[in-house]
Amino acid sequence: MTRPMLILIALILLPWLPGMPLFWVSLANQIGISAIVAMGLVVLTGIAGMTSFVQAGLMGFGAYAAALVAQSWGLSPWLGLPAALLASGLAAVLMGAVTLRLSGHYLALSTIAWGVSLYFLFVNLDILGRNDGLSGLPPLSVAGYRLIDVRASAMVIGVSLLLSFIATRNLLNSRWGRALHALQGGEVAAASAGVNLGQARLLAFVYAALLAGLAGWLFAHLQRAVSPNPFGLVAGIQYLLMAVLGGAGFLPGALLGAAIVVLVNNWLQDLLPLLLGAGVNAETVVFGAGLVVLLQAAPTGLWPLLARASAMAHHPQGRTALPAPSAPNATELLQATRLHRRFGGLVAVADLSLSLHKGEILGLIGPNGAGKSTSFNLLSGVDHPDSGRVMLAGTDATGLAAPEMAKLGLARSFQHARLVAGLSVIENVALGAHLRGTASPLQAILRRDRAEEAALFATAARALDRVGLLAEADRPATSLALGQQRLVEIARALAASPAVLLLDEPAAGLRHAEKQALAALLRQLAASGMGVLLVEHDMEFVMSLAHRLVVLDFGTVIAAGTPAEIRQSPAVIEAYLGAAA
Amino acid sequence: MMDLSILLALLQDGVVSGAVYGLLALALVLVFAVTRVILIPVGELVSFTALTYAGLEDGQIPEALPLLLALGALAFLRGALQDRGRSLGSLALQTLVLPAAIAGCAVLIAPLHAGIAVQAGLAIAVVAPMAPLLYRIAFRPLPEASVLVKLIAAVGVHLALTGLGLLCFGPEGARGPAFSDAVLTLGPMILTGQAVWVIFCTTAAMAALWAFFRLSLAGAALRATAINRRGARLVGISPDRSGLLAFWLAGLIAGLSGVLIAPLTTVYYDGGFLIGLKGFVAAIIAGLGSYPLAIAAALVVGVVESLSAFWASDFKEVIVFSVIIPVLLWRSLRHCAVGEEE
Amino acid sequence: MSALLQATGITIAYRGVRAVHGVSVSVAQGEIASVIGPNGAGKSSLLAGLMGLIPSGGQVLFEGEDISGLPAEARVARGLALVPETRDLFATMSVADNLRLGGYRHRFDTKAGRTRDLDAAYAMFPRLAERRGQLAGLLSGGERQMLAMARALMARPRLLMLDEPSLGLAPLIVRDIFRTVAGLRDQGVSVLLVEQNARAALALSAHASVLEGGRVTLSGPSAMLAADPRVTEMYLGAAPAAMA
Repeated sequence: MTRPMLILIALILLPWLPGMPLFWVSLANQIGISAIVAMGLVVLTGIAGMTSFVQAGLMGFGAYAAALVAQSWGLSPWLGLPAALLASGLAAVLMGAVTLRLSGHYLALSTIAWGVSLYFLFVNLDILGRNDGLSGLPPLSVAGYRLIDVRASAMVIGVSLLLSFIATRNLLNSRWGRALHALQGGEVAAASAGVNLGQARLLAFVYAALLAGLAGWLFAHLQRAVSPNPFGLVAGIQYLLMAVLGGAGFLPGALLGAAIVVLVNNWLQDLLPLLLGAGVNAETVVFGAGLVVLLQAAPTGLWPLLARASAMAHHPQGRTALPAPSAPNATELLQATRLHRRFGGLVAVADLSLSLHKGEILGLIGPNGAGKSTSFNLLSGVDHPDSGRVMLAGTDATGLAAPEMAKLGLARSFQHARLVAGLSVIENVALGAHLRGTASPLQAILRRDRAEEAALFATAARALDRVGLLAEADRPATSLALGQQRLVEIARALAASPAVLLLDEPAAGLRHAEKQALAALLRQLAASGMGVLLVEHDMEFVMSLAHRLVVLDFGTVIAAGTPAEIRQSPAVIEAYLGAAA
Repeated sequence: MMDLSILLALLQDGVVSGAVYGLLALALVLVFAVTRVILIPVGELVSFTALTYAGLEDGQIPEALPLLLALGALAFLRGALQDRGRSLGSLALQTLVLPAAIAGCAVLIAPLHAGIAVQAGLAIAVVAPMAPLLYRIAFRPLPEASVLVKLIAAVGVHLALTGLGLLCFGPEGARGPAFSDAVLTLGPMILTGQAVWVIFCTTAAMAALWAFFRLSLAGAALRATAINRRGARLVGISPDRSGLLAFWLAGLIAGLSGVLIAPLTTVYYDGGFLIGLKGFVAAIIAGLGSYPLAIAAALVVGVVESLSAFWASDFKEVIVFSVIIPVLLWRSLRHCAVGEEE
Repeated sequence: MSALLQATGITIAYRGVRAVHGVSVSVAQGEIASVIGPNGAGKSSLLAGLMGLIPSGGQVLFEGEDISGLPAEARVARGLALVPETRDLFATMSVADNLRLGGYRHRFDTKAGRTRDLDAAYAMFPRLAERRGQLAGLLSGGERQMLAMARALMARPRLLMLDEPSLGLAPLIVRDIFRTVAGLRDQGVSVLLVEQNARAALALSAHASVLEGGRVTLSGPSAMLAADPRVTEMYLGAAPAAMA
C-alpha cells in the first residue's frame, strides 16, 4: 500500500468527520471527478505524449449516456456506468481511428476541432435536450438507500478515484505501460522491439476516454442534471491545465492539479464579481495566463517540485528468465541482395549485397557519409530499399516494418542511444522483451500479469548483467553516461533473445575496459550461434573483433574480406585517409 | 426549396467568408512556418478589431486601448527580464512608445467620425500591434519548446484574451458599417457592394503578401527562416526578429479580416475564435505549409459553411469541422506519423 | 602575426554530455588552419560552438574582440562564416535566392556592391551560374557544397569555417573544392578547416590540431603532423603486432 493510496483512503473518510462543512465536501467531490479526467490526461499526454483538448467532450458522452439510461429510459443508474464507459470508449475508438496516426500538433489541433464539434452536437440534438440538457436524474442508490447526501456521493467518488488510481498505476507498471512511455520520444526503439505503435496510441486514447466516461457518469449523478456547457472546449482546456499544472507525467499530479484548478476557480468566482462586477469571466484570464506562465517557469508541473518524486516504479523480482526461443534453422541469417536507396538526387546506397551467417561477426565500415547508416536502416526495416531484397532467417523481409522484423528475430541498437526517458534502466531493457510477454492491458490493470512480468524482468536483469550494468538497473535510463546508454541498448536487444543482432557503433564513447568486455560479450554471443552485424568507426575494435568486414564508400561496397585483407587494401586506405591532394 | 438565385446567393456568401478564412489561413501558415507557433488567438484579434471598428462608428474611444497598453507594459517587462537589460531602448520604443502613440492618435481621431477608411485603419492600428506584443510575452521565451508546448501556450493566450475581451467590450455584440451599400443585379445574382469590397481587399492583401515574399529581401529572409532556421542564422538572419515580423504580419492580417467581417455579421467578444478556427481548418487541410492550397481550402470551407447553414443550420459548425476528417484521414493514410517532429 | 581567431578553453555540453573539453584553437590572419580527428571527436560541435549556434564555455576572441556569448547572427555581422556539415541550404529556394540571402549582412549596401558580390560568386563557381534558377534542394552533392560555400562568401567573411567540405563528394570535386579554398586564402580570407580527409587537410593547411574524444591530442605545423605515425594509427587502428 503506497502513500498516495493511504491519502486517498483518508480523503474518503474525511467527509464524515463531525463538523466538516458540507460545502468543502462538495468542492472535494468536484476535485475528485476532475482528477479522474486529469488522470487520463496524465496517461495520454504526460506518459504517451499526445495532447488532447477533447477530454471534456468524451466526459460528456459518459454523462449523457448516464442521463439517457437513468432518466430518459428510467433504468437503474448503475446500468448507466457500463453505458457511459461504452459511449466514451466507442467515441474514442472512432475518433482515434481517424486521427491517431497524425503526429503531435495535428492530433492536438484535431482534438480542438472535435471539442468544438461535440459541443455543438450536444447543443443541437433533441434527444439530449439541446441547450437545456437533461435534468431530474435519480441519485445512485445502494440497497434502497438513496445517496443524496454529498458525503455519500463523496464515498462513491472517492472509491472511483481510488480504483482509477490503482488501475492506472497497474497499467503503467506493465509491458503496456512501458510501450506507452516509449510513445514519447522512443517510438523508433519501441517499434524495433516489436511494439505496435498504432495499437499503443489507441490504448492510451481509449483508456483516457474511459476515465473521462467514468467521470461523466459520476458528474451526471452528482449534479442530477446534464447540460452541454461543462463539456465544451474551455472545459477541455481546463482539464489539460490540471494535468500540466500538476505535472503531466505523475499520477498524484492529477489530483494536485485538479485541486488547485477547482479551488482557484471557486475562489475567483466568489471574489471577482465583488471586485469587477458581475459578468466578468476573470477565471479564464487567470487560467489562460497561468498556463503560459507555467510553461515558461515550470514546464514539468508542480508535483515534481513538491515531492522529490521518483517516477521509477517498483517492478517484480523474478529468478527464472524466459527460455531462449529455438534458433532458426537457416545458416544464412541475414541476406541483402542488390539494395538501392536514393534520397532525391542523392544516391545513398547503390547495389549493396552482403550476407551474415550463424555465429558470425560481420563489420560494416566506411568513411563518413559512405551510406552505412542508410544500409543499417534498410537491413532493420526502419527504412525500405527502392529495389533489392532482404531475407531474414530464410523469410523474405523486404518492405517489412520494424515490429515485423523484430518478430522474425532481429534486434538492433541505435547510433544515438534511444532510451525512453521516463523509464529506469531495467524497464528500458524489459521493453526489448515486449514481444515475449502476452498479457493484455486488462490483465495488466487487474494485476494478472505478475508472473509474466517477473519472468520479463528476470530476463531483462540477465541481459543487463551480460553488459555489466546490473548495478545500475534502477537508475533513470538517461542519467547514464552516453557509452553506458549504448550498452543498455545492447541489453535491450539481447532481452528479445534475437537470432540476428545489429549494432550501430556500439563502442563509441566506451572506455578501454568496457570495450574489451563488450568484445568478449559479442564473441560469446556469436559462439552461441547469434549473427552479429556491427557498424563501427573504432577500427581497432572492429578489426580485432569481426570475422569479416565489408567496406562501403559512396554507397557501394569497395572491399570485403578478413580484417588482415582489408588493412592491406589500397582502395580502403585511400577512402579513409584520402589520396594526397 | 432551392432555386438558382438562392444557390448563387449562398455561393456568394460562401466565397466572401471563405476569402476571409483564406486570409486567416495565410496568417496561420506564415506564423507556423516561421515560429512553429499555432496561433489560436488569431480569432480574438479578429473579433477585437471588428468590435473596435464598430465602436468607432459611434465615435467611441476604442475600448481595446487599455488592453493594448497593458500588453505593451507586460511585453516590456518580459523582454527586459529575458534580455537582462540589453537594448532596453529599442524594446521600450516598440512596447511602450508605439502603443502609447497609437493610443494618443486614437483618442484624438475617434471622436471625429473621420470616415470609414480612417476608422478601419485606426481599428487595425489599435489591434494589430497586440500580435507582436503577445509574441514577446508568451512565445519568445519558449524558442526551443516543442510545437505541442507552444500550442498549449497558444491555447492559454486564447483563453486569457477571451476573458480580457469580455472585460473590454462587454457581452454585447456589434456590427460595423458596410464599406458600400451598393447592390448590383447580374441576371439571377444579386451582388452586394460589401461582397465586392471583401473580395477586392483580400485579393489585394494576398497580392501584397506575395510580392513581399517573392520580391523583397526581408520577405525572402522570412521564408528562409521558415525553410531552414540554422541556415538563416548562418547568413545573419535573427530568427527572433523573423518571428516578430511574422507576428506583425499576422496581426495586420487579422485586423484586416476583422474589419472585413464586421459588416457581414454581428461579432461578439469571443466570436472570433470560431472564425479563426475555420481558418485553421483550411490551414490544416493545406498541411500548414502551402499558401495557395490554404486559400483554396478556405474557399471550400466557406462554401460548405454557407450551404450547410441553409440545409441544416443547427449543425452548421459540426459539418464545417467535419470537413477536416476526410482530409486528416487522407493525410494519415499517406504517411505514417512516427517521429515526424521533435 | 596576431591571431584573427583565438579560442581558449572551449567546452561544449550537448544534452548533458560533454562533447568538447577545454579545447583551444587559433587561426592566424591569412592562413588555413585545420582540425582533424575521427568521427565523434567533437569537431562539428567545436565549429558550431565557435559560430555561436550552440552554447559553449570558454572565451572566443575575434580580431581582439571578445565575442563569447554572442548569437550566431551577431558573429556573422562581425565577419565569421560557417559552412556546416549539413550545408543548411534553403532547399525550396533558387540558387540565386540562396546567394542573395547570403549577402543579407550587406542588405543596406548599394545595389551595385551586392551585384558585384554575386558576380564574383558566379565567377568562382561557374556551375552555380548555370543553375541559378534551379531549386537548391535539387542540386547534386558537389553543387550543394559549392552553393553553401558561395553563400557563406556572399557575407564577405574575414574567417571562413568549413565543416567536412569533402563529405560524400567524388575525389575530382573534392580536389576542385580544395583548390578553391587555397585560392580564398590567397585572396586574404582566413580559413578554419575541419576534415576527415586528413591527408588533404594537412597538405592544405599551415597548422593543424588533432581532436580526439573532445580534446586536442596533437597540434603543430601540418607538415610535421602529416609525417606522424600516430595520425595514421588514429584512423586505421594500430597494426596487429602492436596490439595487446
